Amino acid sequence: MAINTDKNSYTFIFAIVMVVVVGALLAFVSSSLSGTISENIRLEKQQNILYAMGVNNNDEGSVEFISTSEVAQVFNQYIKKQLVIEGDQITEDKEAFLIDLKKEGERAKNGEARRLPVFIGEKDGKTFYVLPMLGKGLWDAIWGYVALDNNLVIQGVFFDHKGETPGLGANIKQRFFMDDFTGESILKNNDIVGVKVIKGNNDPLNNDKLDNEVDALAGATITGNGLSAMLSDSFKLYENYLNSILVQ
Amino acid sequence: MGLLSKKDAALIKDPLFDNNPITIQVLGICSALAITAELKASIVMGLSVLFVLGMGNVVISLMRNIIPSKIRIIVQLVVVAALVIIVDQVLKAFAYELSKTLSVFVGLIITNCIIMGRFEAFALGNGPWKAFLDGIGNAGGYAIILVIIGFFRELLGSGTLLGFQVLGDPIAKTGVYALGYENNGFMLLSPMALIVVGLIIWVQRARNPKLQESH
Repeated sequence: MAINTDKNSYTFIFAIVMVVVVGALLAFVSSSLSGTISENIRLEKQQNILYAMGVNNNDEGSVEFISTSEVAQVFNQYIKKQLVIEGDQITEDKEAFLIDLKKEGERAKNGEARRLPVFIGEKDGKTFYVLPMLGKGLWDAIWGYVALDNNLVIQGVFFDHKGETPGLGANIKQRFFMDDFTGESILKNNDIVGVKVIKGNNDPLNNDKLDNEVDALAGATITGNGLSAMLSDSFKLYENYLNSILVQ
Repeated sequence: MGLLSKKDAALIKDPLFDNNPITIQVLGICSALAITAELKASIVMGLSVLFVLGMGNVVISLMRNIIPSKIRIIVQLVVVAALVIIVDQVLKAFAYELSKTLSVFVGLIITNCIIMGRFEAFALGNGPWKAFLDGIGNAGGYAIILVIIGFFRELLGSGTLLGFQVLGDPIAKTGVYALGYENNGFMLLSPMALIVVGLIIWVQRARNPKLQESH
């Protein structure tokens, strides 16, 4: 028996059944995998924080994190303190790395105080202050972790993005770009200004570490501008805390 | 090909060359421009479309007798979107690194006109096996062009292939850079991809007069 697929009633029934079946299927897949996915995200955050403070398996030119099987233990070993800054209050919180910066941004919009995480790590007797940050690239969100020492000189960074163009903006997570930030001071005349990604600063090798500038990526102007804005905005949020750790 | 009948083999072979979705049918141009600045992204995108189009064509072909014609486009969209999301979720759970590389492509796959085009033009009127071959063939044709564009854009734009510096180090001035060669930054921008597509079309039609349109 051939079905008359042109009838209105059939079209409606088909649409309803299709929506229910596909919806149920997607809901099932999503809920059965959500545990594994959030565990992956948790480990990734730890990997990123450690990467920024120089704890990684990098060899020449590549970006290699501490492996997922070890990262939880290594994280506990290097990260000595996780702080949450809320207004003038600073509290310790072992789960500070799980704070969702996007949600905090929305809280700030509603007039509530933003919770700002800081991760204090120690490596080879040196103390690192790792700040997480979130900003906007060309297509979607960009985010990163910046490790500072107590002279407010960048010791390492890790940047990532959701959907920047491969080969252009997506290169913010490449070594040749991220490594340029190492050694840059975020201070200018004792004010916290951050680091700008800039075209044509005549310093492609980035030898000048006091100019608050790194060389931009070709074809990724808007991603670069977004990154500069993310850095200066985020440092602004942490201004009081950063001034308190700064050695005069 | 001994395994396939002549007609079936043609389903795969035609879209690879003489009926290529990008250079002849001029479909899927947007993603060909967007993600071909490096070779790796081109390969990943090619494989993703291969998978989605192969699977999607089979699913649509199996459903072809029960899909109401009035809402067939919506049904096709739902099938592609569901397939892509399921693949994305599974990768996120079990191959997290790979899923991050792919994340940018998910949206691009759903909106790729080659996929909708093949559903509409082929899968709705043919059996699952033929539809599968057609899907593989068309996605293969798409992938070949993507890889060619990606190869030239990455080589001439960044001096690298798959991330390896094949022409030497542009900053330390080794390899060909020692001779005064410079990377062409323009290759990294989308307009250059269009020009490369144009060159491929030119070469292809010059070699095969059958493909030339008369005016």
